[in-house]
Amino acid sequence: MKRIFASAHVKRLFSALAALAILELMTGPPGSALTPTAGFTGSFGEASSFFGIFRTQRWVVFLFLALAMYAIWSAWLMWGTQVRAATAKAVSVPRAASRTRPVRWGMAVAVLAVALLLPHLITDPFWQAAMVEQIAVYVLLALGLNVVVGFAGLLDLGFVAFYAIGAYTTAWVTGALPTAAPFGIHFNNFYAIPIAIALAMGSGIILGAPTLRLRGDYLAIVTLGFGEIITIFANNLYGITGGSQGTNTIPHFSLHVGPIKYLWGLTPVPYYYLTIVFVILFIAGFKLLEHSRVGRAWTAIREDEVAAESVGINPLKYKVMAFAIGASTAGFAGVVTASQSNTIFPSSFTLQFSINILVLVIFGGMGSITGVVLGAIVIQTGSMYLLHTPPAGYQPQDLYIYLGALLVVMMIFRPAGLVPSRRRHREIGLAEKGEGHMNEVLTGDTP
Amino acid sequence: MSDKIFDVDHVTLRFGGVVSLNDVTLHQERGEILAVIGPNGAGKTSLFNSLTGVYQPQEGTITFQGSDAKPMSVIGKKPHRVSAAGVARTFQASRMFSALTAFENIKIGAESHRGIGVAGAMLRGPKTRRDERTSDARTVELLDFVGLRAKANVISSSLSYGDRRRLEIARGLATGPQVLLLDEPAAGTNPSEKLELTTLIRKVRDEMGVSILLIEHDMKLVMSLAERLYVLNFGSVIAQGTPEEIRANEKVIEAYLGSTATETGDRS
Ligand SMILES: Nc1ncnc2c1ncn2[C@@H]1O[C@H](COP(=O)(O)OP(=O)(O)O)[C@@H](O)[C@H]1O
Ligand SMILES: [Mg+2]
Repeated sequence: MKRIFASAHVKRLFSALAALAILELMTGPPGSALTPTAGFTGSFGEASSFFGIFRTQRWVVFLFLALAMYAIWSAWLMWGTQVRAATAKAVSVPRAASRTRPVRWGMAVAVLAVALLLPHLITDPFWQAAMVEQIAVYVLLALGLNVVVGFAGLLDLGFVAFYAIGAYTTAWVTGALPTAAPFGIHFNNFYAIPIAIALAMGSGIILGAPTLRLRGDYLAIVTLGFGEIITIFANNLYGITGGSQGTNTIPHFSLHVGPIKYLWGLTPVPYYYLTIVFVILFIAGFKLLEHSRVGRAWTAIREDEVAAESVGINPLKYKVMAFAIGASTAGFAGVVTASQSNTIFPSSFTLQFSINILVLVIFGGMGSITGVVLGAIVIQTGSMYLLHTPPAGYQPQDLYIYLGALLVVMMIFRPAGLVPSRRRHREIGLAEKGEGHMNEVLTGDTP
Repeated sequence: MSDKIFDVDHVTLRFGGVVSLNDVTLHQERGEILAVIGPNGAGKTSLFNSLTGVYQPQEGTITFQGSDAKPMSVIGKKPHRVSAAGVARTFQASRMFSALTAFENIKIGAESHRGIGVAGAMLRGPKTRRDERTSDARTVELLDFVGLRAKANVISSSLSYGDRRRLEIARGLATGPQVLLLDEPAAGTNPSEKLELTTLIRKVRDEMGVSILLIEHDMKLVMSLAERLYVLNFGSVIAQGTPEEIRANEKVIEAYLGSTATETGDRS
């Protein structure tokens, strides 16, 4: 008996069955207070079509899928190395080519062209709005959090706070809050940009300077608390923030320079172009930053803080800087969102939001700018797709089950993310071999 | 006449009940190759950590006299401040930025003392580019100096043990130090690497004018390099003098040379 279970084949078969059973429950109907077992029985027993061939029950479909998974898994173990070697050989030439300068620039231009044409290719109003509110803005946020998490290696769970600060600053500066606008003047939204960036950066520094001395987990807890505090402030300071109702009178962006007059109105496309311009600026700036001495110093601190200090790098200063840059990016994203939607209220600035952005960064590839941009686009497009055209049995609250499952699978097969940063990729490889000093931070070893 | 680069005066360092350094008084002359020897656990690494701001001794004073007129009191300073003043070091278990290339490792040392300049970095203005070129040139010089030019683009974790040691020295030198602290640089290297290392250390002093403070278990290497030695045992200085004097010292023979610790080269 014991022998049978020790067999690798049996283990694989059971793993496949377990994985598919979980998937079956995930995609099945929910239970309710009155019928608590309905979720369970429905998941397995509900009628279903066998890939459109004949009608049967869900468990048959999933049993078939589990067996298929077992077969593919076994085949992969048998021939996987050959397949991998062959594909590695096949892609080695294009990959080497893709690293050369002209090809990289060519690809960048092509991507840019597609990005600029996109609103003309996709005219569905849902997707046009989603492209701004749910994708472009999230790309900005992911870029910002990547500086903190990816470049500097700091776990920030309160990123939403800076986004909220940016949004509320916009409302304040444009005179949309119960509290008086600065100097009693209702400024144009463009003026909100520097003010929001400065305030978000300032709060990043004030929060970061004392807390970034802490190690690992403590920082995560403090930032988590900060995120909650900002939301609670927004909710409770009724006279200043408008309380839980927030405000819905934030004006749109507008431009009055001499004869040029332009108002960003209700349609999302002009906002799309405005946001894309900023996304490009941020990507360019962060790319240069990554390959500057600031970026190298971050890498040094992340890899071995003790060694970094010994060559004269002040870790605290660089960490606060990463924190401030991330915060100001989020503050800026807050300006865009507030202006575009005209509306802000506290319940949109939740811990779940911070975690969502973190998922984009981890999924895309911490420390890789291309990765986090792509990660944000893929995940946000995916969740918008599920929202817009939900497949049978999908409820909106299921989203995080799927994101969670996706991350688990990702961590197993591609731990450095969709497009891994080359430095991070090496670090993970070294950590797995037990080299490098990444582990000492956790065990508190001394030099 | 005496020009002390390091002056350690009655320093005591404790960790709870453990006394790592017990009333240690010693000094280093500018331009000297000085060695600190002693059995494992004697407090040698603790001394280095105290000299570089990593540990904060409870008693005594440590004065570093760099090139500028003002002496610096090390205790209470952060390691990066001590580095900026002109103290570089290597670690007993070498600590490279292991996912970075040899070139990048050295360059980080070469540029760390410049101001931060985020705006400069993001705009990549003329000053930033000039700084980059200066650091690159300095890095290449140092790669040449330690004989790693051919391995500039190798990831540091795939370098051989001896190469890593030399890279760590180059990274330290890149910060432009007055004194270089080497914690068991020959540990784990083979005889021919040891010989190269001896030559390199002497070259650092002779050609760059950097004083050397050395911890080493390999007696042959220490005795051929050091001009003067201190012997530590249980956190206390038990002897000092020239290599000849140390070889003849009864207390040293008893505490250290006579014991089995001589050739073990344990890491501790
Ligand atoms: N961070 C620390 N915490 C507690 N004890 C320490 C610490 N660092 C060193 N020690 C103790 O100080 C003593 C000297 O250690 P060390 O300086 O590493 O010796 P050596 O380098 O001469 O082998 C040892 O007893 C060691 O356990
Ligand atoms: Mg030691």
